[in-house]
Amino acid sequence: MSTQKEKLLAVEDLKVYFDIYPPNSMPWTKPQKLKAVDGVSFDLYAGETLGIVGESGCGKSTLARAVIKMVPAEAGKVMWMGTDLLSSTKKQMQKARSDLQMIFQDPLASLNPRMTIGDIISEPLRTHYPKMSASERKEKVKEMMIKVGLLPNQINRYPHEFSGGQCQRIGIARALILKPKMIICDEPVSALDVSIQAQIINLLMELQEEMGLSLIFIAHDLSIVQHISTRVMVLYLGNVCEITTSEQLYSHPRHPYTQALISAVPIPDPEIEKNKEVILIEGDLPSPMNPPSGCVFRTRCPKAQAKCAELKPQLEDAGNNHQVACFYAD
Amino acid sequence: MIVNQKKMQDLADNMLNAEEVQGRSLWADAAGRFMHNKAAVGGVITLLLIVIFTLVGPAFAQWSNEEIDWTVIGQVKTLGAPSIENGHYFGTDDLGRDLYSRVIQGTTISLMVGIIGSLVAVIVGTLYGAIAGYVGGRVDNVMMRLVDIFMSIPYMFVLILLLVIFGRSINMLFVGIGLVSWFDMSRIVRGQTLSIKNKEFIEAAIAAGVSNFTIIMRHIVPNLIGIVIVYASLLVPGFILTESFISFLGLGVQEPLTSWGALISEGAKTLQYGTLWQIGFPLFFFVITLFSMFFIGDGLRDALDPKDR
Repeated sequence: MSTQKEKLLAVEDLKVYFDIYPPNSMPWTKPQKLKAVDGVSFDLYAGETLGIVGESGCGKSTLARAVIKMVPAEAGKVMWMGTDLLSSTKKQMQKARSDLQMIFQDPLASLNPRMTIGDIISEPLRTHYPKMSASERKEKVKEMMIKVGLLPNQINRYPHEFSGGQCQRIGIARALILKPKMIICDEPVSALDVSIQAQIINLLMELQEEMGLSLIFIAHDLSIVQHISTRVMVLYLGNVCEITTSEQLYSHPRHPYTQALISAVPIPDPEIEKNKEVILIEGDLPSPMNPPSGCVFRTRCPKAQAKCAELKPQLEDAGNNHQVACFYAD
Repeated sequence: MIVNQKKMQDLADNMLNAEEVQGRSLWADAAGRFMHNKAAVGGVITLLLIVIFTLVGPAFAQWSNEEIDWTVIGQVKTLGAPSIENGHYFGTDDLGRDLYSRVIQGTTISLMVGIIGSLVAVIVGTLYGAIAGYVGGRVDNVMMRLVDIFMSIPYMFVLILLLVIFGRSINMLFVGIGLVSWFDMSRIVRGQTLSIKNKEFIEAAIAAGVSNFTIIMRHIVPNLIGIVIVYASLLVPGFILTESFISFLGLGVQEPLTSWGALISEGAKTLQYGTLWQIGFPLFFFVITLFSMFFIGDGLRDALDPKDR
């Protein structure tokens, strides 16, 4: 169904490596590479939400930041409506930035404490339309504040005078003021309490419908991802395990890692919860400085065979919009 | 029910059309805390009184700071004591010059040294440190190692050399103090910048496409100002002391101009003759200025970062 829609973003084989210098090294020693994102490819279509899940340190945030060039990528392509962002000039990038916005995890830390929220929300306007008059800007800011559920008369207040949920609404208003096509949400609700989480998620979904936004939604709360996403991508140690529609993922997970993740989602019913079978994964996350050969998950995988250590499984289409990177997928 | 709904609608309309609320900025909060600190407010008032004294004082002087009162000379101990009748309110110095005028003139120079020194430190130090910290990497390394090298040179030595080579003048003293004043400031600012630049609001600004220079000026510097102000207020007495020391050595301001250091130095020399007022008056102004400066600095620190108390 999503194939008929316009393809906004196509990420091809994106790699982000960080240089790590061993302690007490000499200036000329070669740094070790930390493979934060190691060859990730995915597409994003207009109007859909792509959820990205995975445990801490698997490269979710780094991937999102590399897409909008806040972290330099080692290799790969990020095609945004036909132009490659990674090789684009400053001017092209600046133009693309007005269509790509971001919402952050910590609502208060993402707002400059010395600026009024009016100034904060209007900053993208000031940057991309420097000629716009102050009164016109204020009008737009107030309009946007109403849209995200803030009172427009609070335009001159400072971030520390707002609650966490309100701060996140301010962050959303700032991201939306340029009417972007895509928003990256980097764990936008994990710092909020549950009732506020629901408000923010529903606000995002309403705004998405109203403005035709595409979202990349990073989270580690699987039930929230299921609620908001059209498709979900599962990451493990900088590699994609599985991409599929959210119904498929939750009803028929095929990658062993995804199966373990899904089985660990708590169910708010003690009876079912008691009898539920949880697939436990042994061991710890390997170091991304020295990832396992072949399939990165093989060291903890219950189904690992000799072949897994030799060859790296590629993402393969299993039909039904379902892509899995495993030789022994169900 | 219908009435209720109308009420709710009116309420909603009222909320949307309500007057804009003025927020309480962090600056306003800090000002409030500062005003509650009695020692700091006392310091501000004392300092203001001293400044007013230097501005208004000359109007009451009956002698200029360089005129010699020939009737007093040779009998300074008896005739040169503070008195209202002969117009020497603070007495005269060893050469028969009016100490009242000389203290006013010395105060002006000493305060100017303090203020100019810390202004240079604030402007140069903040920009230098913020750029080094924000750009990071190799640029940061080169910039900060340069500061390390400058700091390893004993600045008193440089200052004295400057004054010896280019001649003793008050302008040279300003240049010398300005040259060395910003090193510590740039280090402090760089350290702060490193912690600010990884905050999410900087990332948000980058994502919005704001240019690097604007990020430094709009997001980093305003968040540094608190620490910079506190540190600058603590620097002022340091510069006054430095200038006093240089003048005490006889290298600072040139006669007939004077400063606190020079006055105290002269007063110390004649202490054995029993002319205590010659050291007493300059010392009094010197000490109360330094004390009020330190109280103000303390108050600013408590007001600007209440967490670190």
